[in-house]
Amino acid sequence: LPVSPEIPKEDGRPKWDNKFQYILSCIGFAVGLGNVWRFPYLCQIHGGGAFLIPYFIALLFEGIPLLHLELALGQCLKKGSISAWNTISPYLGGVGIGSWIVSVLVSLYYNTVLTWVMWYFINSFQEPLPWSICPLNENRTGLNEECYESTAVNYFWYRKTLNITPDVTESGTLQWWLILCLATCWAIVYLCTIRGIETTGKAIYVTAIFPYLVLTIFLIHGLTLPGATDGLAYLFTPKLNTLKNPRVWLDAATQIFFSLSLAFGGLIAFSSYNPPKNDCEKDAVTVAIVNSMTSLYASIPVFSVLGFKATTGYWDCLDRNIISIINEFDLPEESIMRQNYTAWISFLNSSYPEKIAGLKLKNCDLQEFLDQSVSGTGLAFIIFTQAIILMPGSQAWAILFFIMLFSLGLSSMFGNIEGVFTPLLELRIISKSIPKELLSGIICLICFLVALCFMLGSGSYWIDIFDRYAGSLPLLVIAFFEVIGVAYVYKIKRFSKDVKWMTGRKPNLYWQITWRFISPLLLLIVFVAFVTLQIQKPPSYAAWNPKYEGFPMKEEKVYPPWVQAICVLLVFLPCVFVPLVALFHLIRRMCRSKDPSFVPPEVFSCQGANN
Amino acid sequence: MLRVLLLTLSVVAVAHAELCKPDAQNAFKVRLSIKTALGDNAYAWDANEEYLFKAMVAFAMRRYSSESTTQISNVLLCNVTDRVSFWFVVTDSSKNVTTVPGSEVEAAIRMNRNRINSAFLLSDKTLQFLKITSTLSPPVEPSTPVWLIVFGVVLCLIVAGIVFLVVAGIQQRKKKNKESTERENLEEKGEVTVTLENGIPCEALDLKAGHINGVFAADDERFTSL
Repeated sequence: LPVSPEIPKEDGRPKWDNKFQYILSCIGFAVGLGNVWRFPYLCQIHGGGAFLIPYFIALLFEGIPLLHLELALGQCLKKGSISAWNTISPYLGGVGIGSWIVSVLVSLYYNTVLTWVMWYFINSFQEPLPWSICPLNENRTGLNEECYESTAVNYFWYRKTLNITPDVTESGTLQWWLILCLATCWAIVYLCTIRGIETTGKAIYVTAIFPYLVLTIFLIHGLTLPGATDGLAYLFTPKLNTLKNPRVWLDAATQIFFSLSLAFGGLIAFSSYNPPKNDCEKDAVTVAIVNSMTSLYASIPVFSVLGFKATTGYWDCLDRNIISIINEFDLPEESIMRQNYTAWISFLNSSYPEKIAGLKLKNCDLQEFLDQSVSGTGLAFIIFTQAIILMPGSQAWAILFFIMLFSLGLSSMFGNIEGVFTPLLELRIISKSIPKELLSGIICLICFLVALCFMLGSGSYWIDIFDRYAGSLPLLVIAFFEVIGVAYVYKIKRFSKDVKWMTGRKPNLYWQITWRFISPLLLLIVFVAFVTLQIQKPPSYAAWNPKYEGFPMKEEKVYPPWVQAICVLLVFLPCVFVPLVALFHLIRRMCRSKDPSFVPPEVFSCQGANN
Repeated sequence: MLRVLLLTLSVVAVAHAELCKPDAQNAFKVRLSIKTALGDNAYAWDANEEYLFKAMVAFAMRRYSSESTTQISNVLLCNVTDRVSFWFVVTDSSKNVTTVPGSEVEAAIRMNRNRINSAFLLSDKTLQFLKITSTLSPPVEPSTPVWLIVFGVVLCLIVAGIVFLVVAGIQQRKKKNKESTERENLEEKGEVTVTLENGIPCEALDLKAGHINGVFAADDERFTSL
């Protein structure tokens, strides 16, 4: 007899096509712009090879345990960050909301950095490169003054790209060329995240693997450049006495933490699409090690190129001095070369000291050129672009470099957007009838409209503010509560049982100790040290002011009170939900406990959820 | 006769020496960097090159002002160094002991700078007239900024991709809706027998994803038919 069956409800939850896609997405999320432009800088200023010691210690005791925790959590609960933490314990629901808010804030400004990369990319097709020459001034008698006093590269970045204002309070106008690039970037993000992991899973094959190809090409080319060995020796020579400075350990801990993109909720979202019986322990170790290896691998071409740039700068300095001497003494050309420069200088100084003093020769020191260390956008858009001009075939190198930066940033954006998208899909407020394409479109549109604020003249100062305050402290707080929540509210015994069910083996002593004691302690110490360092002096920023007397040096300015209030707001907004939600549920329970018919909710277990 | 000749020559020589000396009035210093410009193809600076220089300056003066009657002998060079740098003055052809005003010489040289440069295979930077500034050439600007073109291409590709994905999604959704309404209609009419296997309808089993166990699949050959 035909019976109308009860078709059991299919899960309907998307899945990764294969394990490789999942691992690649996690790696792409973790490996971002910071691996290229922050890690080499930290290595350089903190004693070269010696920095690897605190870095690997932090990786072992802070990075890998937290990563494993997040991946296991997402895989077990099969939910995004908000619902996941609500399931663990309603009191911890604020942790999920906090990480959702951080993901939103970071998505806003991260894509603006990609906008700058895209702008440089589309300008790389010109011959000569627009950042290599200074434009003429109005009456064509000389070069533009701002460009002449600083360098052509600086001028292109601060004036032609950002059109920066001298102060954070002066908003300036909207830069239409940047708005076009911003629209393009958000369109690309929308294209790739339109159906969640179904589309990012395909895009990640390109965006995660391509940077490694380009890094290899740059590695090979960089090692052939003159002066590359000087740069590499400078980078890797260990100076062990820098380890006495506690700042080094703090920087190592924060670098590992932010580099692995922990506490964003994106990793929980990624692993929630996994099959339940997946070895998350091996995944965590793999992702963490690949991320660190990538940082090391990226610092080699970066430092070869920096060494090349320092050497060419040194040679230019010498050549200018040589020309002055030759012109002054009317010596034949090529009589003084770089090799016998010092011999000539000492000879001339003894015979004609006043003439030499009158020439005002610059003291050329290779170490001084190597010591000029920059991180962040300065490294990519000023230092590296300057080095690229000096290489033959500069257009090709510029195009490759900026596509690489773009794919690095894009794969991190996928994780950020996933951290925003997945929890929204699971909220009951969003009705099931809204197609995924519409939801991701709305998210991208809203982010684009809000990010228009960063397209003003003062936009880059605001991005610095967001990066320093929204993308740093709240993550430490959220991660701390994550570990405490799992270790002491959910209880490690239950968690170990869940992990054993998923991976097939009980987490060993290393995991037990790090989850219970070492990681929370380390996070607390890092948090306290971070806050102490921040409040020691009033928050200041470096402004690009052509009318400043020390121009082209940047002017140190202090943030006005209303901007400082915004900084504090950015820090507090994600963190405040943790106590708020806990308080809310506490009050509700107290009201309910007076009600005799109240039944406490069932104890949740990973095994139960998946059977 | 001989004595008068010698006397005239010495007077002329002395006069020349007084007219052309470093920092003299209306004198200009010239500096050449031949090896920097030409590398291995550099020529040596000798009397022939000096003759060419004098000829070019005379040419420049004549071209600048049509009344000028400057001869090669009116251009005096002195203090030639190994650097290759020297001073020169242009004497007035009508009165041999005065020099042409510096402003005229400067204007003449500026007007013909590129001719002079190309005669020596040098450029503004490698053949320097130390008090005469050169007008800078404007940078080459293409009519449409190149970046707009690249931007247009990139944007078109992306929009095409988005439209394609959205349309594909809508079509997929319509197909799914049509299929599920068809199934509902058929089930209502009671014509579909849904065979269940362990509570799961057989159609839902994706035969592609499953494995077919060869041992059991080919069992109609192993058993004799009844």
